Amino acid sequence: MNALEIEGVWKYYGDFPALRDINFSITPGSTVALLGRNGAGKTTLLRIIAGLSKPTQGKVRIQGSDARAEETRSRIGILGHGISLYDELSATENLVLFGKLYGLDEPRKRAHQLLERTGLDRVRDGLVREFSRGMRQRLAVARAFLHDPEVLLFDEPFTALDDRAIAVLQSLLAEAHAAGRTIVMSTHQLREALELATHVALIRRGQIAYAGERLQQMVDDTGWLYRTYGEG
Amino acid sequence: MASLPKTQSEVGHQGLSATRKTRNPLGLFFRQALTITAKDLRSELRTKEALNASVAFSLVILVLFSFAFDPGSEELQEISGGLLWLVFIFAGALVLNRSFAREMQNDCLDALVSSPVPTSALFVGKALANYVLLMAIEFVGLVAFGFFYNVRWLEHFWPLLMVMALGTWALTVIGTVFSALTVNLRLRELMLPTLVYPLLIPALMAAITLTTDLLAGTPIAGDNQIWVRVLVAFDVIFTAVALAMMDTVLLG
Amino acid sequence: MREKFVYSLAAVAAALLSWNIYRIFMQLPDELNQGAIWRIFYFHVPAAMLALSGFGIGMIFGLIYLFTNNFRYDAIAEGVIEVSLVFAAVNLITGSIWARIIWGVWWAWDARLTSMLVCWLIFAGYLMLRRAVQEPTERARLSAVVSVFGGIDVVIVWKSIEWWRTQHPAPVLSIRDGGGMAPGMEAVMYWNLLALLCLAIVLVMVRMRQSGVSREIDSLRRLVHSY
Repeated sequence: MNALEIEGVWKYYGDFPALRDINFSITPGSTVALLGRNGAGKTTLLRIIAGLSKPTQGKVRIQGSDARAEETRSRIGILGHGISLYDELSATENLVLFGKLYGLDEPRKRAHQLLERTGLDRVRDGLVREFSRGMRQRLAVARAFLHDPEVLLFDEPFTALDDRAIAVLQSLLAEAHAAGRTIVMSTHQLREALELATHVALIRRGQIAYAGERLQQMVDDTGWLYRTYGEG
Repeated sequence: MASLPKTQSEVGHQGLSATRKTRNPLGLFFRQALTITAKDLRSELRTKEALNASVAFSLVILVLFSFAFDPGSEELQEISGGLLWLVFIFAGALVLNRSFAREMQNDCLDALVSSPVPTSALFVGKALANYVLLMAIEFVGLVAFGFFYNVRWLEHFWPLLMVMALGTWALTVIGTVFSALTVNLRLRELMLPTLVYPLLIPALMAAITLTTDLLAGTPIAGDNQIWVRVLVAFDVIFTAVALAMMDTVLLG
Repeated sequence: MREKFVYSLAAVAAALLSWNIYRIFMQLPDELNQGAIWRIFYFHVPAAMLALSGFGIGMIFGLIYLFTNNFRYDAIAEGVIEVSLVFAAVNLITGSIWARIIWGVWWAWDARLTSMLVCWLIFAGYLMLRRAVQEPTERARLSAVVSVFGGIDVVIVWKSIEWWRTQHPAPVLSIRDGGGMAPGMEAVMYWNLLALLCLAIVLVMVRMRQSGVSREIDSLRRLVHSY
């Protein structure tokens, strides 16, 4: 069973097709780098996979079930452009909240584990609004990995992270990959993404221009993929 | 440093496991809703922004009304219910607006919608939090009203509380749905009352009529009972419609 | 084909209306107590009937859109509700004129006019919401939700205000002072209803064509900007 199956997905905004007949599947354990220009449709596709948006046509199946099904939603973790954390709550309170929403048996214990892992243990009772930008980002990463999701969906995760946050994220991603989790991340940061990726998908004007394994050529010459399949 | 465990069982959760789910789905629904209620109340009580603004606003309106109507007059008895409920719905709009607006700040709404919590539980959770806040603000408003306008409200307190409870739920249900609906709009603070108030008119009429009678000392009996039924029917019908439409409102 | 239908229906509406107006003003006598103004009833009542059923139909098409995601239904809903708002306004204005002549006041908060005013406000909110949302799919989805709440509320509003008026009675705008209308009068009212219905359909179809074109322009604009 594929981790992710996208069948005939179209997304219209009014009469404008943001996604056109997207078909591809992702085997479990892959790390997919989703590339493409601004406006190509990466965020739209990720939001549909994450169940935040309904496709106009077509189906998305995550581990065999519909994207909006409850068991599916408890197995995916998302990290978007915003940090998705409440400023007036403390770091622990935020994580415990999401732990409870995801049905974790011991949300507090798990929250502490991840706070330690992301280096936020000392400020765990501090309110998020008092955190620095880097701390907020690390907490956001902690929230994404909190329920040990089998499928991770990250929208430009490396953008606007400071060095410490990048290091934390990279190590968590590497562990998740080693544990057999499936990762899909859209990105502009070609180098970081291509190093971690096993597969690559390029979106161009709402369509998949390339979907397949990451080739060594892509890593050596990061412009090659765009030149060959994309905008140049 | 702790590292990610290799298997799900080490974490100690199976997401929404089959046994947990079938044992008590309604219990799970309310647990999830109450988690959200607790979060909203905790957030609001920490900053008290909307709470303070609403209470201050109700007091300002009460003072303004004293210039529009002669506080000592007979007339006031006839319009007491109307004045009170106008204060409630104007001050309430502030709280209702913030309900979903606070989720937009850091993209929290996306995290909530993509979590396993059903949108109907999200709605119930937020509606309950709004309800608690609105009842608290209204109680303060009622006390201030009695104080400034020399209106005795203790005499028929329990029926009055029932009318407030039913009427406030009407305001909460419509207000919470439309808070979600208008969350992405530029003129959100204006659109919310513009859409909500006309829809509320039947419930308001009922609440105002009952309140005016109760404050004048007339108990609820005979003719008036129909208004209680209107309130209950309004509440039941629109709660059902709201639960049914929540998915549509939140999922684009 | 569609154009021919619209034009011919418009011609039918115009013919019916002219004939009705002739009948109303030339053939029917003045009413006993009200004088000449009662004739306004022939527009006042059909306008109300069309407006209220239009709000209901708008809600139904809103629901159909939500189930099918086909924009045509959203366009129909928008057109029907807009035209219904116009007829509701006609009802309110004619009612107001009638009240001024009969009672000497422009507005008297009677049950029917008040209810229509509330319904007008609810669906004016629908239009305002549509103007406030740029993206067509979101606009269709959100306004359909508003139309559902509004459509259900229309029934509750009419019933509640009616009950309120039984507790606080007031004069009602009506030509049934003597109890019932003469059969000839009622027939004219239904003819006028038919004429106004044809007019309503024409207006809805014109509006739908308009909104279809503007949607196309909108999406072409998006297409251009994304390249």
